[in-house]
Amino acid sequence: MEKKDNKLEKLNINSSVYLTRLNPAFKNKEPYKPADKSKLYSFIPGTVVELLVEEGQEIKKGDELLVLEAMKMKNRLKSPVSGTVSRISVEIGKKVPKGSLLMEFKPD
Amino acid sequence: MPLDQKIRELQERRKKIIQGGGDKAIEKQKAMGKGTARERIMILLDEGSFSEYDMFVEHEARDFDMDKKSLPSDGVIIGTGTIEGAPIAIFAQDFTVAGGSLGLMHSRKITKIMDHALKMRIPLIGINDSGGARIQEGVNSLAGYGEIFFRNTLSSGVIPQISVILGPCAGGAVYSPALTDFVFVVQNISKMFITGPEVIKTVLGEEISMEDLGGAKVHSEVTGNAHFYAESEDECFAKIKELVSYIPWNNQQKAKCFKAEEPRTECKIEDIVPDDPKLPYDVKDVIRSVTDRSEFFEIQKRWAKNMVIGFGRINGCTVGFVANQPLEMAGVLDVDSSDKAARFIRYCDAFSIPIITFVDLPGYLPGVDQEHAGVIRHGAKVLYAYSEATVPKITLILRKAYGGGYIAMGSRHLRADFVFAWPSAEIAVMGPEGAANIIFRKEINASDDPDATRKEKVEEYKTKFANPYVAAAKGYVDAVIEPGETRKLLIHAIELSDNKSVFLPSKKHGIPPF
Repeated sequence: MEKKDNKLEKLNINSSVYLTRLNPAFKNKEPYKPADKSKLYSFIPGTVVELLVEEGQEIKKGDELLVLEAMKMKNRLKSPVSGTVSRISVEIGKKVPKGSLLMEFKPD
Repeated sequence: MPLDQKIRELQERRKKIIQGGGDKAIEKQKAMGKGTARERIMILLDEGSFSEYDMFVEHEARDFDMDKKSLPSDGVIIGTGTIEGAPIAIFAQDFTVAGGSLGLMHSRKITKIMDHALKMRIPLIGINDSGGARIQEGVNSLAGYGEIFFRNTLSSGVIPQISVILGPCAGGAVYSPALTDFVFVVQNISKMFITGPEVIKTVLGEEISMEDLGGAKVHSEVTGNAHFYAESEDECFAKIKELVSYIPWNNQQKAKCFKAEEPRTECKIEDIVPDDPKLPYDVKDVIRSVTDRSEFFEIQKRWAKNMVIGFGRINGCTVGFVANQPLEMAGVLDVDSSDKAARFIRYCDAFSIPIITFVDLPGYLPGVDQEHAGVIRHGAKVLYAYSEATVPKITLILRKAYGGGYIAMGSRHLRADFVFAWPSAEIAVMGPEGAANIIFRKEINASDDPDATRKEKVEEYKTKFANPYVAAAKGYVDAVIEPGETRKLLIHAIELSDNKSVFLPSKKHGIPPF
């Protein structure tokens, strides 16, 4: 196990490539992705307690889409875009971890 | 009643109280690899040195049938003693009595010994092993924690405060250790968290074990909340004794000096650092090649390993080392390593321990995660801590000192008292590759063979700027020295700084980028 930790790898800082050990957090980090406005993710783990739209429904930016209960709070999630609900990935009563895909839209 | 009979009665009373929560509870405690509160104190302190106070204190709770319950010493032992002759105030929570829960009298005992430690200007050690607030005592328990936190803060920077987590320490209770200077944890025994696995499961639906949430490993490797990790209570106590030997009793004194001894000379100081700045080595080897007996007492060994901090002795006396570690993440500054260095610098400054900084870093770690985690705010702590520190500050540039990293690592500009550089030092705005790409962009792009031109320009930059002499020519480096001269010069610099005195503008306190 010790040996695996000791492996030297390359790290580029300002065009210079250094030979060094990388820490696990750095090695396992997810590459940054810009926010995708055609998808709605849970910002907190919780339970879907109400669905306020249906697939195919037209929505305007700011319309309420679903209620996610977390930490005893009923969070009313709003649409980030105007367009059509193309897919609902959850049903009422579903417990979702943080960052789960809840809905997809086809923006206008 | 004749005196001898009274003495016998006292002995009887003591005997009864020393049984704590009784045989069954003690057996359970032992089965977990844990000692009882009094055993722990006896192992930690010098033999026969412990005086216990408030042994006969009992709780005053009346609600929930508590008036029918007796809790010996109210679940916490307090007293004073010595460690290798150094005076120590200590408290140890007794898990065998009502799970070491904190009620009003329990907390009053702790605050009594804390007040005593502050008044007598002696170090305080707290052994935490408690289920948390004593619910039956309601808001009195909360008041108790608050009184403890207040005293932790009041004592901070006046007397050393050491926390030892030898059992659960959850909820509000964690904030006392967090306010102290050093936190010790032991494998499988220490558990620290604000909200436990049960709450997390109920509220968030996430399942996690206590160990994975807030065990000794997590706090030593991931959160940085703990400073020392041990595999057993005995190992933990040995480490506490070692730590106590390095630090002064209070902020008016200096740490005790021992007999000066030469480093063990297994590794020659000249042979440690590779010439190529892109190759790694263990900076702890450089530290050990200048300290007495080549000893280095590392702090937060398992967390933010790209920064090395800890104590050593030079010519018999304690110094604090802050060093970039090229072996880990190329020694970059990032959020965690900045926090680690900054807090240690402030510790050394508060307790009159000279700071020796060894510099070899490529700069700051690039990345969205770093920027979004607030590397600006965290990195600023290092600048603040070095600038604010008035203890002797001695900086040695071993190899790379690029860009903002050069400024941050105890540079002349932050009022280092001595800045030395080895001939291998490269003090520049960035590494030759990056610099050549920017300065000679036009030439490189216009060239028929851009790669060859780039190489040529990198070499040109290296020759001109990748050395200590440009900075030395401006007086930013006081002396370019041979590695073999390092220890001699460090000894000289420390001796010379013994009566260092600086005048700062008066203020209530600064606003550090916490």
